[in-house]
Amino acid sequence: MMTRSSLCFSFLVSLTASTLSAHVTSERLLRANDEPHNWLTYSGTYMSNRHSLLNQVTPSNAKNLELKWAFQARSLEAFEASPLVVDGVMYTVQAPNDVVALDAKTGLVYWVYQYKPSVSSRPCCGSVNRGLAILGDTLFMATVDAHLIAIDAKDGRPVWSIEVAKAASGYAMTLAPLVIKDKVLVGVAGGELGIRGFLAAFDARTGKEVWKFYTIPGPGEPGHETWASDSWEHGGAPIWLTGSYDPTLNLTYWGVGNPGPDFNPAQREGRNLYSSSAVALDADTGKLKWFFQFTPNDPYDFDAVQIPVLVDTNWNGSPRKLLFWANRNGFFYVLDRETGRFLSGHPFVKVNWASGLDANGVPLQTMQPPGAVTYPGVQGGTNWYSPSYSPRTGLFYLSVWEDYGGVYTPIKVEYKEGQFFGGGRISSSAGPTAPTVPFSRRTPINSWTEAAGHGAVVALDPRTGQRKWAFSMTDVSTAGVLTTAGDVLFTGTREGYFHAFDARNGNVLWKVSLGGAIAMSPMSYMVDGKQYVAVAAGSGLFVFGLKE
Amino acid sequence: MSRFIWTCSLTVAVLVLAGDSLLRAQDHGGQYSPADIQYGATIYTNQCTRCHGATGDQVGGVNLRSGQFRRASTDDELRMVIVTGISGTGMPAFKLDPSELTGIIAYVRNMRDFDMKSVAIGDVVRGQALFENKGACTTCHRVNGKGSRKAPNLSDVGSLRPAGVLQQSLVDPTGAMLPLNRSIRAVLKDGKVVTGRRLNEDTYNVVLIDEQERLVALAKADLRQFEVVKTSPMPSYKDKLTSAEMADILAYLLSLKGPKS
Repeated sequence: MMTRSSLCFSFLVSLTASTLSAHVTSERLLRANDEPHNWLTYSGTYMSNRHSLLNQVTPSNAKNLELKWAFQARSLEAFEASPLVVDGVMYTVQAPNDVVALDAKTGLVYWVYQYKPSVSSRPCCGSVNRGLAILGDTLFMATVDAHLIAIDAKDGRPVWSIEVAKAASGYAMTLAPLVIKDKVLVGVAGGELGIRGFLAAFDARTGKEVWKFYTIPGPGEPGHETWASDSWEHGGAPIWLTGSYDPTLNLTYWGVGNPGPDFNPAQREGRNLYSSSAVALDADTGKLKWFFQFTPNDPYDFDAVQIPVLVDTNWNGSPRKLLFWANRNGFFYVLDRETGRFLSGHPFVKVNWASGLDANGVPLQTMQPPGAVTYPGVQGGTNWYSPSYSPRTGLFYLSVWEDYGGVYTPIKVEYKEGQFFGGGRISSSAGPTAPTVPFSRRTPINSWTEAAGHGAVVALDPRTGQRKWAFSMTDVSTAGVLTTAGDVLFTGTREGYFHAFDARNGNVLWKVSLGGAIAMSPMSYMVDGKQYVAVAAGSGLFVFGLKE
Repeated sequence: MSRFIWTCSLTVAVLVLAGDSLLRAQDHGGQYSPADIQYGATIYTNQCTRCHGATGDQVGGVNLRSGQFRRASTDDELRMVIVTGISGTGMPAFKLDPSELTGIIAYVRNMRDFDMKSVAIGDVVRGQALFENKGACTTCHRVNGKGSRKAPNLSDVGSLRPAGVLQQSLVDPTGAMLPLNRSIRAVLKDGKVVTGRRLNEDTYNVVLIDEQERLVALAKADLRQFEVVKTSPMPSYKDKLTSAEMADILAYLLSLKGPKS
């Protein structure tokens, strides 16, 4: 008979710094700031500030950053995943849904979990994935064919897999899940395909559904009356970007996407709750605590799919739990995250779809006449890529599309299961002779005019909504922003530049051309006492550190 | 600089039983393991007898026992017929995993002389009990979240490995060990020893999962000694289990098809 001792290796085992030492408990997730060498959730911590407490890279030495290693994904899809790092091991996703574990110091791959999504999956905008969640020794991935898969973080083997929704009906998942306590939270994409959106929580151990919150209230529920006739059944309102969590309030915050059909509000008269809204849910039950709708009856596909940034700071002289939200509709909002009460709102780019916001944050809509340009255009003043808040500077940073407009033409559309349900035609330009801003692929830049708009990274004072500084780019940007306790800001461009700024004043400190569009949000971590910064560009993941 | 000793020893050990891409090597034209034939007999009984009958000659003009097939002569062609079916006939496409396909081809090739009463694929429930208790296999292997990660995870080994390979692994672990299951033994410059199953390696670095189930990265420049171990620490069960117990464990391993959605 085999005995334990007979099976054991006889050699003494020793540890090195590059080991996966343990279990990521829910307690560790709550106190992620206590271990800034790791990056344990999509946005770094539950507050989603995308602010690293590491400070080795500073404005004075950022010029010494150099490439430490790179990983080339075997995928031609956009590389949108923001990695996790746990005790020297990096976990990321090679689009659409291969999970890769790498040594965070050298880039050497530990294992790859390959997943082939169903051919019936129909994500609207690319078979992409934005990242993973972890609890214990288990990773969680949401797939483009709307499955949620638990994967052993040590050996890369699947633990369980469940179908969250029907891919053939237009449901997909592209977001990084969010783990809260013993549950894994995911939402569904498909706002362009006539789904009925929801956010659901699953038991992390078994994959069993614990609760489900429909973003469109059903018959008899409050808010159902905001959808004319049966438009609620295929009204979209997806959730395709990771939310945030306040453990003291036990509330989790998520952005809800556009109503459908996207561009024909006449087919869904009413406010269309809770589309294009922020929702605050009880993390244990999924019950709605409050909502705030940014764009009622949204005819522009503005969504409200941004990262909810939680900040505890003084507001008008009193400590307050705040929610900062730079919306795709071009306004920057400050909400009380305990109640959802509107505190302030200011446009951060050129806006003409509304003349302003009333005392409750409701937009004073100024719909443009047919054929006229609406600002911002369909890709918005900003979008899903993460903003950052630095408690050191007190500033809110984001990538924006400046002077970017679009022309919207509604068209009646009939719902067909799994088919595009846009209900309109859009052109992202100011007039027939002006070229459009391409959705993801660039046309030659010298074919553009000023009407196409351009990108910028800007620093906002959240108290006033006014810019402290801005850096303009030639192309637009699809890159998120990372700030660090060294007062360095990292972001990228669709042109392929990865660059570092002095977060205090916007001075460019360092730049490198990576030869491919950056369509993700960078992050930072530390191994063996050295700080690294990771960014994906094109099909590659690039990791930088200071010269030795 | 380079002081690693690449002994690539023939004397040290590693575990077995799982890994990738061995299956094409099973197209061995005429050499079919008894375990594959036996496993194939059980698959045939469940999937094929309804049309072809227990004796393989129930479909008009088709006699599987003859060894002659109208649309296939090689094992690859047989595999293709099974997975794609034959349009315009009653032969549907079958969704079988590689282990099942290997088994069914082995059985069809041998059904003329095969005695169904000799089937030695045992009982799954008894096999699981043996795997977890008497065999103590979870001391090293992991199945569906239970057991150690020191040795390969076997949660879906029943769909990846043919019955013959699994049986050989139980009897002769080192002989059946795949290169991807080799372990390494490294000695750091300070004399500390690190051992574990090698996951990846390049010119400058090696990564492994160690005995404490930690993912470990080592820079070769930091090593005094480095060995790739080519023998398995898994004991042979040849003399540890009865043939009936071996059949039960084999049945259990073949039942492991990975998590279902």
